[in-house]
Amino acid sequence: MKRGERALAVALVAPALVVLAAVTLFPVLRVLLLSLERRVPVFGIEEFVGLRHYRFLAGDPVFWHAAGVTVTFTVLSVALEVALGVAAALALHRLGRWRAVALGLVLLPWCLPGVVTARIWEWLYQPHVGLLSRVAGGVNWLGDPATALPALVVADVWRTSPFVALLALARLGTIPPALYEAAAVDGAGRSAVFRRVTLPLLAPVLLVAALFRTLDALRAFDLIFVLTGGGPAGATETLTIHAYRSLFGTLQLGFGSAVAVIVFALVTAAAWGYLRAVEGREAAS
Amino acid sequence: MRWLGHALVLAALAVWVAPVGWHVVTSLTPEAELLDLGATWPSRLTLEHYRAVVAASPLPRALLNSAAVAVGTTALATGLGTLGAYALARLPLPGRRAIMLGIVLSTAFPAIATVAPLYLMVRGLGLRDTWWALILADTSFALPLMLWLVAGFMRSLPRELEEAAFVDGAGRLGALRHVVLPAVAPGVAAAALVTFLSAWNEFLFAYTFTATEASRTAPVALALFPGVFEVPWGDIAAAALLTGAPPVLVVLFLQRHLVRGLLAGALKE
Repeated sequence: MKRGERALAVALVAPALVVLAAVTLFPVLRVLLLSLERRVPVFGIEEFVGLRHYRFLAGDPVFWHAAGVTVTFTVLSVALEVALGVAAALALHRLGRWRAVALGLVLLPWCLPGVVTARIWEWLYQPHVGLLSRVAGGVNWLGDPATALPALVVADVWRTSPFVALLALARLGTIPPALYEAAAVDGAGRSAVFRRVTLPLLAPVLLVAALFRTLDALRAFDLIFVLTGGGPAGATETLTIHAYRSLFGTLQLGFGSAVAVIVFALVTAAAWGYLRAVEGREAAS
Repeated sequence: MRWLGHALVLAALAVWVAPVGWHVVTSLTPEAELLDLGATWPSRLTLEHYRAVVAASPLPRALLNSAAVAVGTTALATGLGTLGAYALARLPLPGRRAIMLGIVLSTAFPAIATVAPLYLMVRGLGLRDTWWALILADTSFALPLMLWLVAGFMRSLPRELEEAAFVDGAGRLGALRHVVLPAVAPGVAAAALVTFLSAWNEFLFAYTFTATEASRTAPVALALFPGVFEVPWGDIAAAALLTGAPPVLVVLFLQRHLVRGLLAGALKE
């Protein structure tokens, strides 16, 4: 019986694993190798160069600028998304019979394709004629290097705060009201209840939400690519955009792969860091 | 006092969804008035932009491509995913822990890291500019998610359910088909919805692996929306809303199922 079950298990999982190996594991190994090559298909160039691309990147100001933009974009948007998401969840939680309708409205920006979001905000930001430009007296939000990155962050926060709100709202629904009553009996004020009761209970789910959001912000592509393409003057060029432009803009498959590998390493490091934090919390509690 | 709080929350929500509302207004505004700095609000509403998009733009074909790719990806991931998930959740699979770890890790893989090798693979297989290229590429994020979610749903079923079926003489596959699958069907549906949405919205692979209208999906067509002399903002707004409509309808009508699927992924230990 046991042996038969083992064979059945392998037979059931094999098709999924074969496909998965072909479309995830193999490409990840391949990109590591590509990053050690100089490969420019249009010129028929294909040679092994070892770590040359990485050595070049270490001293490349364009790369470090893109790394800085990536970190700024990620930290700003994730911090704002978590703060707004929690605020929205607290507000929605108190809502009575309107909660389902309200949640539907909140989720609306989240379910739109990134390119649609990009087009919506491109029109709002359009110099002179866009609504947000009219309101601000003709500011060219996306065309000015000083405002382009904040403008992108706003669009990203608009799109993804609902995800944090959804997770936080679900957790709020599982907190027993008796806890709040006990806190009220002890004479705790509203802000004390929030800091001592609500926030600690929300913390684990907020960590998970922040993890998902951080990974997505590091990988963000469609919104930035369509809204600014990395411009003006590189003001919004993240590592992902830099990698894509190297890969398919100038068709340097080897060099672009090296940048992509660094994005991959950043994402893995972020995931690992958060997982450690979650484990630490669980061990402490 | 209480209704005042509710009203404030609803007002804040109205501001939150205002960008979409403004796009709806834009899509119904006559072209001449869009660039008129004197007027903000349209003097009359028109369907001319929707007519133009439906009759004379690549979008209708792109919507068809999107539907084919999203349905194909969902079908492939659901088929392979539920079978594999059962083995992961219930059967004595050698190396189960390592496989689970690999599945979780692969949900975090950034598309930018796999896009160049997948591009070479797609070209090598002669699949460039076809639906299959995108279905295969999208499976790279859809299948791990499906395996992870459905295995979780299956693990939370009581074992007694299957054992009752064994007593009745059913084998493993019989129990899977007649007992386990019906019991996890809502969860599988939720995971399939999430898959459909992400495949519909996907842009990086779709932009890279397509070359003509034969396979360009709606987000790609929207990103490349043609303008001859000036940007046709009204047409673009109409095209954007048509591209966004299917995911919005899915969320509107299937919100309960979808929320369940999303939460299962995030709240599970």
